[in-house]
Amino acid sequence: MKMKHETIETNAGLLVILTLVVISIGGLVEIVPLFYINDTVEEVDGVRPYTPLEQRGRDIYVREGCYNCHSQMVRPFRDEMLRYGHYSLAAESMYDHPFQWGSKRTGPDLARVGGKYSNEWHVRHLIEPKSVVPESIMPGYPWLARRGLAYDDIEQRMRSLRQVGVPYSVNEEEYQANVERFGEQTARMLHIDDARENLEAQARRGNFDGDPSRITEMDAVVAYLQMLGTLVDFSEYDEGYFVEFR
Amino acid sequence: MSESGQRPEDASGQEVKTTGHTWDGDLCEYDNPLPRWWLWGFYATVIFSLIYWLLYPAWPVADTFTKGLSRVTFEVDGEERSTHWNSRALLVREMQNSDAAQRQQEFLRVIDDSTLDDVLGNTDKLAFVNSYGQGMFGDFCAACHQTGGAGLMGVYPNLADDNWHWGGEVETIAGTITQGRLGYMPDFRDALDAQQRDAVAAYVLSLAGYEGDAERIARGEEIFQGREGGCYTCHRPDGTGLRSQGAPDLTNDIWSNIDVAGAEDDAARRALISQLVHDGVQREMPAFGDRLSDAEIKVLATYVHQFGGGQ
Repeated sequence: MKMKHETIETNAGLLVILTLVVISIGGLVEIVPLFYINDTVEEVDGVRPYTPLEQRGRDIYVREGCYNCHSQMVRPFRDEMLRYGHYSLAAESMYDHPFQWGSKRTGPDLARVGGKYSNEWHVRHLIEPKSVVPESIMPGYPWLARRGLAYDDIEQRMRSLRQVGVPYSVNEEEYQANVERFGEQTARMLHIDDARENLEAQARRGNFDGDPSRITEMDAVVAYLQMLGTLVDFSEYDEGYFVEFR
Repeated sequence: MSESGQRPEDASGQEVKTTGHTWDGDLCEYDNPLPRWWLWGFYATVIFSLIYWLLYPAWPVADTFTKGLSRVTFEVDGEERSTHWNSRALLVREMQNSDAAQRQQEFLRVIDDSTLDDVLGNTDKLAFVNSYGQGMFGDFCAACHQTGGAGLMGVYPNLADDNWHWGGEVETIAGTITQGRLGYMPDFRDALDAQQRDAVAAYVLSLAGYEGDAERIARGEEIFQGREGGCYTCHRPDGTGLRSQGAPDLTNDIWSNIDVAGAEDDAARRALISQLVHDGVQREMPAFGDRLSDAEIKVLATYVHQFGGGQ
């Protein structure tokens, strides 16, 4: 069959298919190389998958729709560096499924909020934001402090993350690989069989919500918020290091 | 063509070339060439993209990409470094070389070398401290200490009064910002019973100048100054506090944990203090030493010092 322009123009179905092909090429050329170009994810120490408690906190962060108002992406601009700290690296969200970069900042960016406020402040603020920031328009999340954390399914949650490439370990071999990669202390937290004990231990040790008697959703959310953006020690890298990856 | 025999023609009556399609009997389509300006515009974009590909990062090649000929130069530890054009490099350069950045760095250096009196005596320096300090305070401090440093009764100390738990000199404030602080008073829920706590409360009130039942005060003093309470170890025997422990002065009738001055009567005041002794105090201020440079912390400390309560 001889393909003439007229054939395409007078055949709506064919026109749709060929249009899609042309547009996909444009998209694929931009997106696909990112998966195999070496420099996409920076080589950097310290980034690790979330501990079971942090991961549950992250799930609640997603459940409550925090991303609707808060981004987690410090862009490489001077004003953002001055306010939030070092710009976000691709490596810092390499274990995020789904990532929380966001595109809406009704509230401030949270990519480097870890350690900026005390646990006690986060609890107070999440229950009733106006009690500490009078001009805030953020709604309160008082149920986080009331509701016990459901973590019966933490192992399944970690298993599904493992399926999409997060290196949680299920056997001795994977555990040893994690020891090599992240160090023993972290590797222990990433072992799926010990997830429940690890979660309980971290909540007890951290006492994030100020109530040691039980583990609440508040414990998990605050544990997650307090580690955001703290994994990479930027003082170890000179200013020119991350430039080479772009 | 239709029966009416209308053929497409231009303004001068010349017949115009059509694509040859006819719809609905008489609808034809002109086959005019593209406008020249449009065509040249299209060629220009093609040429633009060729130049762009040459100058800037563009095409993926195996596991890397073409980096382009354009370079960005910046400094790392005083050593000049050059790399292919990219937005991160531009940022590093802007952080070092832009007018605003350089003026800011210059001011930060000046403030870092200045004493408090130098800053207070120089309107330029003071203006910088007040504007840069206000920005930092708004982002890092105001969430707890509130705008203007008024604090929140019961949780976050007031920075605008002249009562300091850890010290109000610029250097001490800077130390507090750098390392953070852990305010701690043990709870006495087991060590003292309700009556004993009430007596201690009466004694503490007497230190601050309140009148009270002399006998109760005497019993409280015994506990405060003795082994049972041991309060004197941190608050000192005269009640003036110990800054190395963040133990507040109890003699000045300024209260950051409980609103004693606002309580109705003696019983209410004693109840407040008694409850505090029962619960103990646990406060935490995060450390900002990793987040801010020493010079920035000095600016911030000087700014806080301005609130009116500096020493």
